[in-house]
Amino acid sequence: MAAAEKQPVTGAGPLNGLLTWVDQRFPLVSTWKEHMSEYYAPKNFNFWYYFGSLALFVLVIQIVTGIFLTMNYKPDAAQAFASVEYIMREVPWGWWIRYMHSTGASFFFICVYLHMFRGMLYGSYRKPRELLWVFGMLIFLCLMAEAFFGYLLPWGQMSYWGAQVIVNLFDAIPIIGPDLAIWIRGDYVVSDATLNRFFAYHVIAVPLALLALVGAHLLALHEVGSSNPDGVEIGKKKDPKTGIPLDGVAMHPYYTVKDTFGVMVFLLVFSIVVFFAPEMGGYFLEHNNFIPADPLKTPQHIAPVWYFTPYYSILRAVTEEFMWVLAAGVIGMAGLIIWSVERAAIKVAVAAAALVLLGGFYALDPKVWGVALMGLSTMIFFLLPWLDRSPVKSIRYKGPITKAALALFVIAFIVLGYLGTETVTEGRTLAAQIGTAVYFLFFFLMPWYSRIDPCLPEPERVTSK
Amino acid sequence: MNDPSKVNRSRRNLVIAGAGVGGAAAIGTAVPFAASMLPSERAQALGAPVEADIGQLAPGEKLTVEWRGQPVWIVRRTQEMLEGIKKAESKVADPKSARKKSELTPEYARNEYRSRKPEYLVVVGICSHLGCSPQDKFKAGAEAFERDWSGGFYCSCHGSLFDLAGRVYKNKPAPDNLRVPPYSYLSDTRILIGEDKKGA
Repeated sequence: MAAAEKQPVTGAGPLNGLLTWVDQRFPLVSTWKEHMSEYYAPKNFNFWYYFGSLALFVLVIQIVTGIFLTMNYKPDAAQAFASVEYIMREVPWGWWIRYMHSTGASFFFICVYLHMFRGMLYGSYRKPRELLWVFGMLIFLCLMAEAFFGYLLPWGQMSYWGAQVIVNLFDAIPIIGPDLAIWIRGDYVVSDATLNRFFAYHVIAVPLALLALVGAHLLALHEVGSSNPDGVEIGKKKDPKTGIPLDGVAMHPYYTVKDTFGVMVFLLVFSIVVFFAPEMGGYFLEHNNFIPADPLKTPQHIAPVWYFTPYYSILRAVTEEFMWVLAAGVIGMAGLIIWSVERAAIKVAVAAAALVLLGGFYALDPKVWGVALMGLSTMIFFLLPWLDRSPVKSIRYKGPITKAALALFVIAFIVLGYLGTETVTEGRTLAAQIGTAVYFLFFFLMPWYSRIDPCLPEPERVTSK
Repeated sequence: MNDPSKVNRSRRNLVIAGAGVGGAAAIGTAVPFAASMLPSERAQALGAPVEADIGQLAPGEKLTVEWRGQPVWIVRRTQEMLEGIKKAESKVADPKSARKKSELTPEYARNEYRSRKPEYLVVVGICSHLGCSPQDKFKAGAEAFERDWSGGFYCSCHGSLFDLAGRVYKNKPAPDNLRVPPYSYLSDTRILIGEDKKGA
């Protein structure tokens, strides 16, 4: 039997006996070694590498506070708003738990956006980490769904009209759209049925998917090993005697201690927001959401919460006139691909796809394409591992074109995010349209500019000061 | 028979058939779950018509009535407002209400004022873009969203504009005019929304 062959656990003092008993029946020591004490991560992680563990920490905050919120919340259109106010005013410490949950939602996105930006800076998505990136993107999509479902639950004006707008996005899908929207709502308008099912998604369906994906993300990470700010593989240079990467340090204790420090700084900032600015001037909790939902009256100014505003701006940017820009973009892209590829079959396929798209631009409402573009803007990150053709991974060794492109993308993302919180004027629509063009050009032109960009040679080993 | 490199065809077929039948059963089981998310019998039954009393409505005023959970607007239009509609003719995308006729505009509203009587506009106050309820901007004049505004509705969600006949302006996110619900006059001061009775 395998159990009898295992070495007894040593070094745990009085617990040796118990741990040995467990280890002979469960892969305790081997799991600990594989993922903690003998998982070697590059020694040159910098500031940007905090946000993965911080995102995990926020997930824990959200789950714990969420469990306690469900003890008092009522998923019923007639009682939901009042039950949230009850939590805020009458449940002991209810305000604190609720503000941690609402602030946690925004901090989750802050951590995840910075974590994704880290991946883009240092090419963390490049081979062999494509699947790791894909799992991460699925987590991002689940997180957006989770935030959207959760936002309906307080049943305020922004909850109601936000859900109304987002569910109506599906209405734009040709043929099946209207029935699909009814199926999602469970009614002809956003109603009690919608609230009740969104509660089910928010507290059980999506969190289960989220946890499974986080598990897959971590397993994939530990399979391929972490990348680092230099973008070089530490596994290539190992100590010939021990087989340990020369530039690696053990996850535990080195990075567990570093990440604990990160958590402490995070908690400091998080607490300041929770205690002193939980609404964050209307960005974390929108003012209009303190008014109960009224299906007959849309608030004067509606905007999604800040983390959705870049995509929302893209949706609003697609007007009839912008369709010409889109058509020009499709023709340009098709021309570029046809000129670049060798195989005739691909050339024909690209030309056909472009013609279908152009026909679609003509036949269907701009609204449909606005929704399509909004969807694409959140999904396109999936393709990064295959769009980036640079010989190097890290921004440290990439050339000026990539650096400029990334800077422009970040500016476009922030500008679109700002515009999404504001009302529409002609000037702002134009700005959003320019931002939308930059946003997509960053991705669509990447296969070309990343290849011709003059890069510096990557070092053999990681660098550190 | 015991050669591991050789596939036992009949067993393999049994596995394939079993997986097929099991898969079909699994898909079949998913149907009731998906169907349980459709509107319930109760939700379907709540679509009854509602009555609105317009006796107190002054010229230039709007009344909002709830019908099937949606706001229905009744606007008593002044002569000035009706002229504004004429002025907007060239700016609206579908002046003749020709698009999606059967869905958006009942036969008796396929005229320039999109109503049974020019004086009273009856429309569902839900933007055809993404379902916000637009705001009243009845006063003509210069507006931030339109320099030469002749009165109508402004959807602050995505900037769509509608004139006082519920017709959508060109080059705006909303693709269609506001929906005119089926309605009929029970008397001069009472409107039934949700049903068009003959002879009214």
